[in-house]
Order: sequence, then C-alpha cells, then structure tokens
Amino acid sequence: MIYEEIDRSPRRTLSETTRVLSRLKLDGPLVLGLALLACYGQVVLYSASGQDWQSVLRGSIRIGLGAVAMLALAQVKPGFLRRITPWLYGIGIVLLIIVDAIGYTGKGAQRWLDLGIVRFQPSEIMKLAVPMMCAWYLRERPLPPDGVTLLVLATIIGVPAGLTILQPDLGTGLLITMAGVLVVLLAGLQWQIITGLAGVAGLAAWGGWYLLHDYQRQRVLTFIDPQQDPLGAGYHIIQSTIAIGSGGVFGKGYLNGSQGQLEFLPERSTDFIFAVIGEELGFVGCAILLLLYLLVVSRAIYLATQTQDTFARLLAGSLALIFFVYVFINAGMVSGILPVVGVPLPLISYGGTSMVTLLAGFGILMSLYSHRKFAAS
Amino acid sequence: MAGKGRIKDVWREQQIFVQRAIAAGVVIALMTAALITRLAWLQISRYDYYMELSQGNRVRVEPVPAARGIIYDRNGIILAENRPAYQLELVREEVPDLDDTLQRLIEIELLSADDLDAARRAIRSRRAFDSVPIRLRLSEEEIARFAVRRFEFPGVDIRTRLARYYPQGEIAVHALGHVGAISERDLERIDRAQYSGTATIGKLGIELAYEDELHGRNGSREVLVNARGRSVEKQGALTPLLKSTSALPGTDLILSLDFPVQKVAEEAVWDRRAAIVAIDPQNGDVIALASRPGFDPNLFARGLTGPEFRALNENIDRPLLNRALRGAYPPGSTIKPLVALAGLTYGVATPATSRYCRGWFSLPGSRHRFRDWKIQGHGTLAMVQAIAQSCDVYFYGLADEIGATRLAEFLGHFGLGAVTGIDVGGERSGILPSPEWKRKAYRKPEDQVWFPGETVIFGIGQGFMLSTPIQLAHMTAIIGSRGKNYQPRLVSALRDPLTGTSTPIPPKLVGTVEVAKPEDWQVAIDGMIAVTHGGTASRSAAGAPYVIAGKTGTAQVFTVAQNERYDEKTINERLHDHAWFVAFAPAEDPKIAVAVLVENGRSGSGTAAPIARQVIDAYLLRKFPPPPTTDEIAKAAAVAAATGGE
Repeated sequence: MIYEEIDRSPRRTLSETTRVLSRLKLDGPLVLGLALLACYGQVVLYSASGQDWQSVLRGSIRIGLGAVAMLALAQVKPGFLRRITPWLYGIGIVLLIIVDAIGYTGKGAQRWLDLGIVRFQPSEIMKLAVPMMCAWYLRERPLPPDGVTLLVLATIIGVPAGLTILQPDLGTGLLITMAGVLVVLLAGLQWQIITGLAGVAGLAAWGGWYLLHDYQRQRVLTFIDPQQDPLGAGYHIIQSTIAIGSGGVFGKGYLNGSQGQLEFLPERSTDFIFAVIGEELGFVGCAILLLLYLLVVSRAIYLATQTQDTFARLLAGSLALIFFVYVFINAGMVSGILPVVGVPLPLISYGGTSMVTLLAGFGILMSLYSHRKFAAS
Repeated sequence: MAGKGRIKDVWREQQIFVQRAIAAGVVIALMTAALITRLAWLQISRYDYYMELSQGNRVRVEPVPAARGIIYDRNGIILAENRPAYQLELVREEVPDLDDTLQRLIEIELLSADDLDAARRAIRSRRAFDSVPIRLRLSEEEIARFAVRRFEFPGVDIRTRLARYYPQGEIAVHALGHVGAISERDLERIDRAQYSGTATIGKLGIELAYEDELHGRNGSREVLVNARGRSVEKQGALTPLLKSTSALPGTDLILSLDFPVQKVAEEAVWDRRAAIVAIDPQNGDVIALASRPGFDPNLFARGLTGPEFRALNENIDRPLLNRALRGAYPPGSTIKPLVALAGLTYGVATPATSRYCRGWFSLPGSRHRFRDWKIQGHGTLAMVQAIAQSCDVYFYGLADEIGATRLAEFLGHFGLGAVTGIDVGGERSGILPSPEWKRKAYRKPEDQVWFPGETVIFGIGQGFMLSTPIQLAHMTAIIGSRGKNYQPRLVSALRDPLTGTSTPIPPKLVGTVEVAKPEDWQVAIDGMIAVTHGGTASRSAAGAPYVIAGKTGTAQVFTVAQNERYDEKTINERLHDHAWFVAFAPAEDPKIAVAVLVENGRSGSGTAAPIARQVIDAYLLRKFPPPPTTDEIAKAAAVAAATGGE
C-alpha cells in the first residue's frame, strides 16, 4: 500500500499541474518550452553581460512582466480580441503617425513615444496588431483570398509597415510586413501568386541595385564580404563569426569565451548574444537552443491547427511562424548568412520590449487555443 | 459574407490551413537545416581557423626590451647605465582620433607643440600595434596628471622602461656619445623587429659604434587584451596561460678610459675650448678622450626639446663638436721631432748637423722671408737644440732639403693625414699635404702647382696641413714606443652580463715605423726631453719625478701679412693662435702619450702644457687635484678677463 501511494503521487501531481494550467488557460508543453528558453537566456545573459547580476535582475523582471501579459491575454476571450482588433489597429496607426510627426519636427529618428511613466514603441504594437487585423479582415471571407481582398490586405499591411520604415526602422517594418504576409500565406494564397510575387521581388531587387545609393550598395557588398570593411560595417560580423567558429563543438566553456568576455563581440548581451552561446557552449549549445525553439514553434503550430475558426487559426499560425522568423533572422545574421538587421534573439536577448511582446503573442495564441468551443479532452 | 458569389467553405479552409502549416513546417525544417549547416561549417570544419583568429584577437605579443649593456671605465666605474623611467606610449591602432589625442596631450602639457611632428613621424614609421614612445622621462607630477585623465586617452599609456642614464654627466661625453629617440633614419638601417619596444638607440660615440653589442636581444611576452587594446588580467572567470620569451641583455663594455684621469683632464681645461687625448703607447688604449665644452648626454637620452637642442647647436663654443676626433687644426711645431727624424731617415741630416738661425729663412733666389717665431733668431743650433727651442728656421731648411713628397710619406707612417681607426666613428682624417695631394685636391691647373715655399712651411706644420688631436696623440704614442703603431681604441673588453666574464679585445698593432738607425729615435726623443728640460716647456715639467718628452706648438688662426708683426693685443680672442702640447712619459719607457689642444690658447707652453702635466701626473702618480672650487673658478675667470684685456 505504501508502494501504491508512492507510485501514485507523482501522477497526481502531474495531473494537478495540468489542471491548474488548463484553469489558467495555458498550454503545458508551450509554457514549459518558453520557460526553458527564458532560463537558458538568463544563464547566458549572466555571462554575456560580464557577470552583471543587475542585468540578470532586469532581464528577469522583463520575463515576469511578459509572463503577466501572457497570463492576462490567455484569459481574454477570442471574441473580445476579435472585437478590439480594429480599434487596436486604428490606435496603432494614429500613434505611428504621431511618432513620425514628432520625429519629423524633431529632425531625427523617432521610435519611442514618451508617456511620462513609460516609453514605448508603437511599432511594437503593430507586430501584433497587423496579423490580428489581417486575420480579422479574412475571418469571414472565402479563402483563398481573391484579388480585391489581397489589395485590401496589402493596404492593411503596407500602411503601418510604411510608417515604421519612415521612422526610419527598416528592420521592424520588414518584420511587421512579414507578420501580415504570413497570415495571407496561411490563408491559402495560391502558389502561382506566391511564385509570381517572388519573381517580381527578384526582378525588383535586380533593378533596385541600380537605384541604390553607393553607401547602400556598400552595405550589401559588406554583407557579402565582411572583410572589405573589417573595422567598420564588417566588424560585427567578423567578430561574431570568429566567436562562433572558435567555440567548436563543445565551446570554450561557460564564462570563458574570449571574444565575448574581452568585448571583441559588439552588443554581446543584446543582438549578438547568439554568438556568446556559440563561443562558450559550442555547436552543442547552439543545437540545444535551436531544438528548444523548434519545440516551441511546432507546439505553437499544432495549437494553431487545433483552433476552430478562421480568425483564431490565421492569427495563431502567424504568431507561431513569426516567432521562428525572428529566430532565423537573428541566428542567420549573427552567423553571417543574413545581413545585419537589428532583430533580437527571441526570449534570450537582453533589453527592449520584445520579451513582453513575444510573450503577449503567446498569451493570445493560448487564449485562441484554450477557448475552443469543442475542446477535445 | 460571400465575396463575388463564393461561399465560405469552412472544412476546405481547415484543409488549406493544415496544408499550409505542413508547408511552413517544411520551410522551417529547411531553414533550421541551413542554420545547422552554417554552424557546423563555422564550428567544426573551420574551427582551427577561427580559434586562431580569436587567439590573435585576445592575445597581443608585447616586446620586452632588453636592458642595454652597461659601460664601465677601466677601474669599473660606471659611465652609462639603465634606470627605470616612466614614459608615455601610444598604440596607433587603439587611438580613435590621433590628431585629437595628440592635441589634447599638448593641452595638458604632456607633449610640447615642438615635439608634435617628431611624435607623429615616430608613430607613422612604427609597425602596426607597436607601442610607440612619444614622451620619455615623465616626472612624478606628470604621471599623476596623466593618471587622473587616463580614461580620456584610449591607446595611450604610461610604461615603465629602463632608460639610459649617464651618472657622470658631462664628463667623457664625447667618448661615450649618447642614446636618443629612434628616428626614421635609424629605422632604415636597423632590423625593426629587433627594436620594437626599444625607445632609444645609440646616436654618437661608443653608444653608436657598439650599438650591436649594447642593444642585446629583445624578448616578448603575450598579454591578454580586451577589444579596446587595454591589457587585462582575467578573461571572464579564467586566467589563461600566456607564453613569454625573456630578453637577452646587451653586452657590457669595459673601456680603456681611466675615468679619474679623464675627469682631471676635463677639469684642468676649465672654461676653455680644448681637446685632450691620452693614449697608452704600449697597446693603443685610450686613457682619456676629452673635448670641451661638453654637454649632458642625459638631455639626449630623455629627449631634448626643440629650443634646448637649438641652444646647444647654436652655442658659439660648439659643445656638440667633438674636437678630439673632428677638430682639424694645423699641427704647428708639434711635428718638428718627426721632421728631424725624417731628415735622419732620408740621410739629409745627422744629429750633429747645425744651422744658423738669424730670425728668418729665404729660399735661394727668393726675397720672401719665412720668419722665425723668435724675431732676433736662435743663433747656431744642432738638431736636439733645434727641437728644444722649436727653431722654425732650422726646420724650414731641413724640410726644403727633405722635399715635400718624402716628408709627407714619412709623416704618413705616423698616421697623419688618415683616420687613426679608433673604435668610435666620426673621426676626420685632416690633411697631409704633398704635391700629389695638391693635384688631386684642386680642380684648376694653376691651383695644382706646388710651390717650394709650401715645402718650407710644411716643415713647421703650417700651411695646408691639418691634424686632429687624436692623430697627434697617436703620433706621439708612436714616437714614444719607438715606432710601434697601435690602433687607438676605447673599448678594451666585452663583459657578458649574465656570467660576468669579460673577454679582452687584443690590442691591434697596425705596423712598425722603420727609421734608418734605431738610435735615430733617441735623437728625436732627446729633442723632446730637452723641450721640457730647458726648452720651451720647461716650466710645466718642473718637479716631475719622471722624465717627460714633449713638444709645444701653435696653430695659426690668423695669417700675419708680410712685414707685419703678430700682435696679440690687436687680435680678437677668437683669432688667437691655437695652443698645442704633445708629450709622453716616462721618456725611457712611456706609459702615456698625450696631445692637448687649447683653442685660441696662444702658447703651447703656457696653456696646453700645464693641462698635459696634470693628466700625466694623474695617470702615472695617481695624483688627483681636488676639483676646482667656485673661488678658484671665479679667480680663473678674472685672470682670463684680465689677460684678454691686455
């Protein structure tokens, strides 16, 4: 009997955890994956910040804020989300215009809106608001979308993306576009149109080369061959590839990466934190990280397929995929296969509002999943 | 809501979504595969390459300069050593804005505007990532001034280095020479790799001539640096192992110079412009080599400012001129013993041959009178007395009989007209005139003609002939040793700084001068002994417990026209004759040969001979007069002023 009790207790605990999670409208595997990523991130941050507990503390506070946002959004009914979507989008557009106007009169780049207590970037709202608006617009239209629908969608995406690029913040503008486009792709945009658009984009790139300013071309060339400008634009990439490459299979050891610890690596705790992982924890450390990301993304996609209406499906799917896009862009940039754009490594990079936005996105995703009408047991 | 008659097909939409999700999954898998491939390429295939790059990033090889060899005199007294000094160094690659940095260093007065160009040149001509000294010898106060603002100057740092120090100051500076900041010209002739980390290099004298021995071999050490180039102790949590090779200190030099004697020589000169060279006739060892005025070599070792250098360089007394090696003066009567010896060697005269001196000499068929220094004449003189009284008329006639070509050839055996080959550079060869020399020296045919009168004045060391003090000391040493020509040398041994064993350098016998009969040497020497015993320089040799053989001389600065008297009173001090005195002692077995030149000293017996006496006393008797007191200096100055006003 004693054995029986011992045998049962863990199972009961497990099921209890599940029950608590479902009461909180959270998804166990997804929360676990996110938690592991966040922990991994804090451990690496301690090393990348030069053993600065302050940074770790502030990072943890952001995770806490993100977790609260996730938990709160998970409680919100999808119907409410759907109703507020146009308002959220509209407010976002207004704020973007205000920011652009301030930036214009202030004669300088402007991304922040200072509300006295907090400063925040309206473009960050748009990362969520644009896919929400796209999904909202498509929710009752027959899919795949037709031409007129596509034009409307292009406007929905293009206006905020354009306003963000005008700030100027090309990286975020492209990410907003990407978030919207992913919704359209998931909605079943025909393959012919996809390949057609890809072809047009290719032609535009080819033609655009001749329209670029010299310095812009130089940027592209530096991306292709960083050695051309080893102390300028190429410096980041050269140092980060050295960091990753010198890590080898098992890395130089935690807290022992010379590139990171001796500050050869620029922005080692923010955009280039992936290089710190590559240097100190090696190929194995990178592979484990990518595996964690894959777990989170695949679970998120699975959750998206389980939702039961178009709005939920498209929004959830796009949130899952954009998460991976961030990972790919950051890791690709740091390891030198993509150009340098300021995209943080999700849940790992220190600072910014992305931690909160991302976790909020997962909160929405979980809300969409856990408020299904016919939940499978 | 239906668009254009189409009906929303919920089931089909679900299907499409699942298809798209699967497609997205495939794309995600491909992208992940791309990342993994890239990581594998960097971290596995190219690991060695990137590891080396990261190692090169964090480790900088810093040179460890070798300690320069120490220079001792023959008694073991230190003449040049190394002392720790603080200097300001700059690494070009770590300075964000060089011009701005230098400008700000000038603003806090750590660099003077005069040195800006030199500093810039030094920075430009060094290898990448070399730490370039831009300011030597910082004072405590300057170190403090920099220390508080150090953070404002990335790439600039204070380093402790061993700097050259000359504890004896001015004394023997013209023998020792000095070190100075490495210039662009120096960089062209040295192996830069061997000098990275070394701030100074030999510029003059022994420091220059023995640069290779003194320099040693620089070592290196690896230091951990961060991205801004600052050296750091730890890398994250670990302290990595770093390699280093130790520097090999330079060879110490032991000079033949006898410092106490050198000091006596320089102090005996006081404020005159003079050169003194003392040589050991037995082996060519230079006992003293002085040129006055001198300068403090420490000024050069720490780096002169522009105005300081100009002040030295433009000083009317020319302290930077090494008169002992580079001052060429007519030897005057000092060569008379050699002219006598030449007469004996060529069989033109015998010791007993006598001549009548009536105060002047004329060539047959010429009305031109070559005057004797003694207007009323010396009367009848034989060879020894002619040397003792320095009778010009005797040697006018003798030179005429020997002939210019033969006389020049004979004098050439004694090293005149050629560098002595002393082991420091910069020596001048002077001029040993002859008809052949004149043909080569002049372009125009009318200038190439050798006149008989030129042979006459050649006999008393005037005319074209020019000699340096070292040449005359060398000549005197050869006479003293009865023909043995040892090459003069300052460095007599090399000392290994690690084992402390010294390797003597054997003296170099260049040759032996042959005369007709060995007794002929004694005739010339007897003449020189007579100079100090009843002759022109008797007063200076009085009371010496050894026999001095010497010869006075005067070198004309100002040519007296025919039928005019040389009148000291009317001539500016700078146009007074230069005074010579050459001597060796003890006459029978000489241990020291000295040549003293006093610029504008008027008379060899009056100014040059007393200095030579002090030097010989110091060397042979170890008799060192106390350094002149301030009173004595003041008195001497007063006397000099009084004499000048005569």
